[in-house]
Amino acid sequence: MNPNKDGSPWYTRTFRITSVRIFTQAFFFSLFMFLLWVTWFSRLQGYPVSLFLEVDPLVGIATALSTHTIYRWLWRGLWVLIPTLLLGRVFCNWMCPYGTLHQFFGWLFNIRNNRNNIDKNRYRGIYQLKYIILTVLLVLAAFGSLQIGLLDPICLLVRTMAITVAPASDLVALNLGEFIADRGGDGRLVSFLSSAPGAPVQRIFTGAWFVGILIIGLVGMNLIIPRFFCRVLCPLGALLGVLSRFSLWRIDRDVTKCTDCDLCLKHCEGASDPQAALRKSECFVCFNCIDDCPEDALSFRLAPVPVKDRIIGKIREGTASLFGKPLRSKIPETEIVAPDMPRRRWVFATITGVLAYPFLRLSAAVNARGFNEKAIRPPGTVEESEFLERCIKCDQCINVCPTNVLQPSTLAEGGFEGLWTPVMNFSVGFCQLNCTLCSEVCPTGAIQKISLEQKIGVAEHEEAGPIKLGTAFFNRGRCLPWSMETPCVVCEEVCPVTPKAIGTYDEEFTRWDGKIVTLNKPYMRPELCIGCGICEHECPVLDDAAVYVTAIGETRSDNRSLLLERRSGNT
Amino acid sequence: MPQDHKRIERRAFLKKAGTAGALALGAGWASLAPPNWLFSLRDPDGERGKPRKEVIRLPENGFAVEPSATLPVLGVARGQNLDAMVRASIDAIGGISRFVSSGDIVVIKPNVAFERSAALGATSNPVVLASLIRIVREAGAREIRVADNPIESPESCFQRSGIRQAAVEAGARIYLPTPADFDTLNVPGATWIEEWPFFWRPFIGADKVIGVAPVKDHNLCRASMTTKNWYGLLGGRRNQFHQDIHGIISDLALMMKPTFVLLDGSRVLFRSGPTGGSLADVREGHTIVASTDSLAADAFGWEELLGRGDEELPDYFAQVAARGLGNPDWRSVTIKDRQVG
Repeated sequence: MNPNKDGSPWYTRTFRITSVRIFTQAFFFSLFMFLLWVTWFSRLQGYPVSLFLEVDPLVGIATALSTHTIYRWLWRGLWVLIPTLLLGRVFCNWMCPYGTLHQFFGWLFNIRNNRNNIDKNRYRGIYQLKYIILTVLLVLAAFGSLQIGLLDPICLLVRTMAITVAPASDLVALNLGEFIADRGGDGRLVSFLSSAPGAPVQRIFTGAWFVGILIIGLVGMNLIIPRFFCRVLCPLGALLGVLSRFSLWRIDRDVTKCTDCDLCLKHCEGASDPQAALRKSECFVCFNCIDDCPEDALSFRLAPVPVKDRIIGKIREGTASLFGKPLRSKIPETEIVAPDMPRRRWVFATITGVLAYPFLRLSAAVNARGFNEKAIRPPGTVEESEFLERCIKCDQCINVCPTNVLQPSTLAEGGFEGLWTPVMNFSVGFCQLNCTLCSEVCPTGAIQKISLEQKIGVAEHEEAGPIKLGTAFFNRGRCLPWSMETPCVVCEEVCPVTPKAIGTYDEEFTRWDGKIVTLNKPYMRPELCIGCGICEHECPVLDDAAVYVTAIGETRSDNRSLLLERRSGNT
Repeated sequence: MPQDHKRIERRAFLKKAGTAGALALGAGWASLAPPNWLFSLRDPDGERGKPRKEVIRLPENGFAVEPSATLPVLGVARGQNLDAMVRASIDAIGGISRFVSSGDIVVIKPNVAFERSAALGATSNPVVLASLIRIVREAGAREIRVADNPIESPESCFQRSGIRQAAVEAGARIYLPTPADFDTLNVPGATWIEEWPFFWRPFIGADKVIGVAPVKDHNLCRASMTTKNWYGLLGGRRNQFHQDIHGIISDLALMMKPTFVLLDGSRVLFRSGPTGGSLADVREGHTIVASTDSLAADAFGWEELLGRGDEELPDYFAQVAARGLGNPDWRSVTIKDRQVG
């Protein structure tokens, strides 16, 4: 191994701070993928599967604004907050898996030459947009409408993984397994590729196409503007950008060495102008500029002093010097502390947020009087207005659901505010009686952590009774025994409560063709029905089931109760 | 004449013309060559494009062993010690060596339909299953597979029922159904499942099949025991079968001729079946029955375990008997009934 030109040993080429950064990014990205991978019944084993969502300080701060509490593990946001106050936006280029994804694909498909790269990495006015987005989202959160999940990078990535990438990996594992099995091998060798091993059917998700287009679009934008999402849209980046004005360390440019060559912009991730006055709020602390500087003019320093006022002489005349050394750079400024947002734009953003609240909240779907009957929430979910204060649309619950019943809501069920929040679709799955996984993984308490006893209403929860998700109804016009002289009652068979919530009127019946059949005509006992939907899922009238659940009667809402007496005696 | 434009070069021309010609020829071949020619895609009447259905069959005589004129058909063991009872019941019908030979691949089908703990009686008792697995292993089985296609999510059903742990600890392999594991099974003479998706993978290379079913009340067919247990091997839209539940159970008897069955009467889910959900729906049965005649075992269970001797037998008993696949009059078959421990 040859030493470097400057005489330093060869390994300083390899073991640079940027190499450490790439290694760290790979580690956090792998950790993120691993935690998603274990978010499945047979792999859970007590891993902190929602860790990245919990350390996301935007989740902690926004839910603190909306609920005035910090739920369960959300204090872990401090793990990101404190490094930010010391070092700046290190999260963005060292830990954030979404940032890593963008950086990787931006690098992979980069066909620009150096001159172009330098131009693309200059700061632009459009990068203000993220601060406006952040402000609108935080104002909305303060009003009790939590919409950060639409664009928060961790929520967005978890959701994308859960409803597009994970089922795609299942498909790959399935086909590869079949291919191997057809040739006499053991197809289960590739089950590690599957994100839902042992799922009896391929999982499907409502609106997966849209979420898929979104991720391809956002990643594809890196070809036009590098780190487009991070620089332009990311509300978490904006939050950390605002906070990084307090950071003690920053990149510092030595104006006596800098020749204004702009080469530091070649790989600048944040477009933070290291060649001039460093924009602290934009800097991702990726250290590429230090690497690229041919003059060794850049360094990461503790509390560097702005030097502009200490320069003696005139730059234009070439007589300027700093502490006795002549200035080589023509740009004396070295730091811009705050985000590039004029005060009037902050005010504009705040007003936008204030107005957005009534626009969203006065839509019928999210209100007790206009709710959609198919907005059936998972067990343990808090009342709808409280739910909208908590749910970050990360879709971890949807990811972990073993029956695939949990689906991202469309505009139809939850309105815009409820977009991508979990709702149940009983033609896809059903809520398994002895399962509380969704309540385990929810990072914000939109689905409160419940025990099995609490869900099925036994032991100390006997008095409160089981958690009802809704109530099942019979559509007698489509029911085989009721309207088609045909025996059936699969619904009664699978009804999991005891005594069963479905009873039958049994009747000997002479059919049109003279055959005598016994028809068990089912009816509902609403006091016993918990709305789990297994009857709807198993009903052989597949396309529009003859028994179906709607949200009325759900435990979580007093406004949507059905029966005068919630529960009759425990016979 | 002055040359004012560059003429195409010979080599370039030949390349272009050759490529264009080859593409045209290839396209022409694929679309016009007769269907049986190599690389032809021609499908004049749409028949070639239809999916081909491959059908599989279980062995002609199923997995049954030679019937014996002397050995009892029903081996009943009553008592407290389940392990001893499982052994005694199998010993009563000839011992495990009559059924399992060294080197066999044995499929055991418990009932794991629901995500319930074992005490609730909706699933096979894991203690009984573990005993059975040990006994089969002692007989020299090469591989023991435990398989079921539950109604609720398979992972959690196997987990909560205790079947997974019991089976794995006793040395068996668990087969959970995934979409790739089903093939169309041909059951000659069946009314409903002449061709139907069947949980096929565990049966690849299998030599013997043993059913182990709990004794359960059933809302529609009134009793779910060893014959109904095979329902858990069906895939597809099986919920349609409730329109003729007795007919499908009769088909199941035709589909699966097991080596023997074990009626797990350790617990009896006597009401709210087949799901149950309360200990109040379950009573101790203190009985294990091994049998080479599923129907006789079920009839025994109906009368002795469910205690419904005064009611008429469910319709499927007569249907299965009419096909000559079992004897619903359990008192007429040879029984060895023993108190164990």
